[in-house]
This record gives sequence, C-alpha cells and structure tokens, in this order.
Amino acid sequence: MVGVQSIPSPAITADERSHEVDRPSSQVAQFGTKQPLQLDCGVDLSPFQIAYQTYGELNADRSNAILICHALTGDQHVANVHPVTGKPGWWETLVGPGRPLDPSEYFIICSNVIGGCMGSTGPASINPATGKVWGLDFPVITIPDMVRAQAMLIDRLGIDTLFAVVGGSMGGMQVLQWTAAYPTRVFSALAIACSTRHSAQNIAFHELGRQAVMADPDWHQGGYADHGIHPHRGLAVARMAAHITYLSDAALHRKFGRRMQDRELPTFSFDADFQVESYLRYQGSSFVERFDANSYLYLTRAMDYFDIAGDHGGVLAKAFAGIQTRFCVVSFTSDWLFPTSESRALVHALNASSARVSFAEIETDRGHDAFLLDVPEFFDIARAFLQSAGKARGLTAKTA
Amino acid sequence: MSVQEALPLGGLATGQPGDFRADHVLVAEMVKPGSKVLDVGCGEGDLLQLLETRGIDGRGIELSREGVNRCVAKGLAVVQGDADTDLVNYPDDAFDYVILSQTLQATRQPKVVLENLLRIGRRAIVSFPNFGFWKMRLQLLIGGHMPRTENLPASWYDTANIHFCTIKDFVELCDAIDVKMERAEALDLYGRPLRLRMPWWVWNLFGEQGVFLLTRGGRK
Repeated sequence: MVGVQSIPSPAITADERSHEVDRPSSQVAQFGTKQPLQLDCGVDLSPFQIAYQTYGELNADRSNAILICHALTGDQHVANVHPVTGKPGWWETLVGPGRPLDPSEYFIICSNVIGGCMGSTGPASINPATGKVWGLDFPVITIPDMVRAQAMLIDRLGIDTLFAVVGGSMGGMQVLQWTAAYPTRVFSALAIACSTRHSAQNIAFHELGRQAVMADPDWHQGGYADHGIHPHRGLAVARMAAHITYLSDAALHRKFGRRMQDRELPTFSFDADFQVESYLRYQGSSFVERFDANSYLYLTRAMDYFDIAGDHGGVLAKAFAGIQTRFCVVSFTSDWLFPTSESRALVHALNASSARVSFAEIETDRGHDAFLLDVPEFFDIARAFLQSAGKARGLTAKTA
Repeated sequence: MSVQEALPLGGLATGQPGDFRADHVLVAEMVKPGSKVLDVGCGEGDLLQLLETRGIDGRGIELSREGVNRCVAKGLAVVQGDADTDLVNYPDDAFDYVILSQTLQATRQPKVVLENLLRIGRRAIVSFPNFGFWKMRLQLLIGGHMPRTENLPASWYDTANIHFCTIKDFVELCDAIDVKMERAEALDLYGRPLRLRMPWWVWNLFGEQGVFLLTRGGRK
C-alpha cells in the first residue's frame, strides 16, 4: 500500500481550548438580560459576554482610544503572549512601544468578536438556557452584529468617540461597518486589505472550508462537544485551503519552490514530500489547537453576508454621506483575496461622499497576509495617518 | 500625474523661506484661507503641504504609487488616481478650488478634464508650460526640431506631455467651453510672475508658463 501520512492530531486538548471560551485570560464585560444584543437575524442574544484586552491608558478627556478589530481567525491578544499557543501577539509589528500604535500614546482596545471562541459569547460557549454548549443552536451573526457588540463594550468603557478604529481583512470590514453605523463615534478609520462586500470568489472559498468541516464525521452536525471530540481534521483542511488564499504564487515560489522536505528524492507516496505540503499541514494542525470548528463556520458566514452597499439601496456612497471621519485605505499589490480594485471602489464611494480619504497601494509579493507582516512602508503610512489625525484631534503627540 | 514625470521643474526652486516653489506660492495666494481644495496630480504633496500651512483643507490625486505613498506618509489625504478617468467619481461642487498644476498637457483629454475641474470645483487653478514661449518657437524655427528646455528636457518620443498648448490656445479653449478667467499670470523661466500689464501676445511670447484662476462662465 502507498504510504499515507495524515494531518497530526493537535497537541492541545478540547478541554484546554474550552477553558479560554468560558473563562478567558482577558478582561470580560458581561451584559445581562436588560442589555440584549439585537442581532440582524432577529434574535436578542442575552446574556452575553465580550472578552477584551487593553494596552495603555485612557487620557483625561477620553480622546485617545483606538479600537483594533481582529480578522477571521484572530482574537483579542494583539500585543501580548497568546494564552493557548504561547506565541507573541498577532499584530506586535504594528502595536507596541515605538510602533505606530504605541500604548504610551493611545489607549488601545481589542475585543474578541461575538461568535468567536476566545471568551466572547459564541457557538462554543455554554447556552445558559440548556446548560450545554450552544453548537448550531447559536444564532447566525453578521459583521454589523459584531460591531454592535463592540459599541456596547465601548459604552461600558465610558468612551464616546473612538480616536481610531483599525483593522485588516475581516477586521477592516468591521472598521467600515463602524463608520457606516456610527459615523460620529469614529474620528479616523484605518481599513486595510478589505472590502465593503464579500466577493463571490471569497464566498466560494468559505463554502469550501465549511464543507470540509462538515464532512468530518467528528463534526456530528455541530454537536461534537457532546461527544467530547473536535473535528480537527475537517477544520485543518479548511485552514489549509484558506491559508493558500492568504499567500500568493510568487510568495509560495520564493518560500518553498519545489523543494523537498527532509529528503532528496520523492518517496512515491502521499507523504508530505514537498516543503509546501509540510508547511500547510503544520498551518492546519496548529490552527485547530486554538480555534473552534463551529466558530469558524459562523465567522466565515458573517463575512459572506457583509455588503454595505446592499444595506443602503445598492449605492455605496449613501453609506458614507456627509461623513466627517478621516479615512486611510491600504491595499497590497499581490492580495488576490481582497484585491486593490475592491479598495478603489471604496475610495471612489468615499470621494463621492466628499470624505477625507488617503489611499495607498503597497507593492509586495506576500499576498493578503502582508498586513500582518513586517512591511515598513505600511507602518510609515499607518504612523503618519494616525499622527496627522492626532494633530486634528488635539492629541499632544509625544516627541520622539 | 507626477510633476516629476510630466515636467521637471528643478530650475524653479527659489531658495526662499520654506523652500516652496514660486509657482506653488502663486497658486496658494489665489486660494482663500479656510477653503476646501483638490490638487489633481499632486506629486509628492509639496503644494498640499504649503496649503496646509495656510489652514486650507487639501486633498490630492496622484497617478504614481510612489508619489501617493510619500504623500500619505506625510499625513496628507491623497489617493491614487488618474485625472483622465477618476474625476468623474467626484460629485458637483465638492470643492471650492480644484488645482491642476503642470499636468493638463499630460492628460489624454484636456478639454474633458478642464470641464470636470469646473464641475467638481467652484473655481479651478490651472498651470501649464507655454509652448508659445520664445525659446520654444526659436528651436522649432531655427533648429528645426521639437523644442527641449531645462524644464522640459524629454525628447518627443519619451515625453509624458502629449497635449502641449500655448497660452493663446488655452485662452481660446476656455472661451469655447464657457470658462471665465478671473486672474491670469505668466511666469518667466525662474517661476517669477511677469507682473507688468501687457497684451496676451507678449505673455504668449515671454511667459514660460501660465497660471490661471478660472470660474464657470454665465453663457448657459
């Protein structure tokens, strides 16, 4: 028989992961029955909780708060060691001392999205009505729902206007939703590698990922928690497919080419002969250690439904009519998941609304993932945009 | 369109306080403080920075990615775009002034661009190199070749400037599309305004470039 090497099982058990779901290593804002989250699907979610991290201090006139919105598989651990993986925060390139988002200047907030699995209420949380894990009984959520929950958190923190809302990919979608839903509460918006609507191709990739999860017999129609297991193989395949879309042909070629993994010659089997296969398997298996399969289904669905123009009679510019928010839109040349054309459509709509907007396309071969990587030109732009907005906001800039 | 690409103006550096170009200073003087301005073809944002020092809310469009990114890294509100194709996305009366500095001659459809400038802005400020300048005429007449100057060094086959005109040509275009000139200035080789009151033909001969403050005519 030809040799087969399957994706390795995760080193972290479902129990260790679920600890972060219910009792996260973060601050938690609880919202009781008097403060339900009104979801787009018509359900009032109550009670619910939001897990969040903060960095820096809120100034006296509460004008220096920056909300960071995380991407599909991100979480609130932007700039601290991750409690499950032990790895550095996912955006330490951008956030930290001396970085464009410096906690000595700004009060930086990042919350786990509603529907997530790192402490905010989601399908992996316990449904208080049944005492069991929500699973597929959890209502379907949308990007506007995520933002509505964040607005409730911001209210709770006593902040009226955010100095900036910043995010990439699904985080960028939340940034744009913030400006469309709460234009007067957002002084400046930095939307990176994102779009005002999810494209057909992107919905197709998400459907592929969801079907991979659902095809895993361990998924049990979403009820795997009752069986004490996790559909890690299906979720890993979903992650592997998605990860390819975050890179680019050029980046894969540069990083791996056709190089072999720890061997000189092909094994004539289905082992991971190629480095790129080994890399993808690692990405898949490490992802399932920290992420819940049902949460993945819900969050990909939320992105699919996102369409700001659709919510405004099909005219994108209407969503931003009369807006005073200062925008900075950034795209990357090799990003084929959220290509520059999507950002350009947003910029045209903002121009039509006479909004103050900067738009930069950054040349890189690193694909969609570039927004998480060390790209100095992007950091220069983020820094200058925030400094210029800070001047307009009357924030006293720290002298370098 | 990048100014560097369309028209190198190294010879116009003046060394005056702030190191702003003479033609930029002249343009900035035409803009009322507190106005909202769109600079089409803003290059690396020098004019926008000058306007900012005067309390003017400036935005920019620039064709080259490098130019845009440098502007954004200076904190300016600049987007990547093309004067020929992207002005249609702006609504009527969105700005008090729209500026087209040293870029008109590099557009594919100068007439359409000019019409758009005065649709988006209540006023437009347009500057361009004057092809009727005596040095240009002399090169064509005596030398028999397409003119090249310190400020326009490119050869005919590699220049970005595809629609050269003279001051006289431009005045005629404005008249044809019902555009009124509120103010006109001709600049000499060093970017200094020819301050004397003179007839058009003198400007057309001795102005190295023309700067015009335009507004909509009332014929319609």
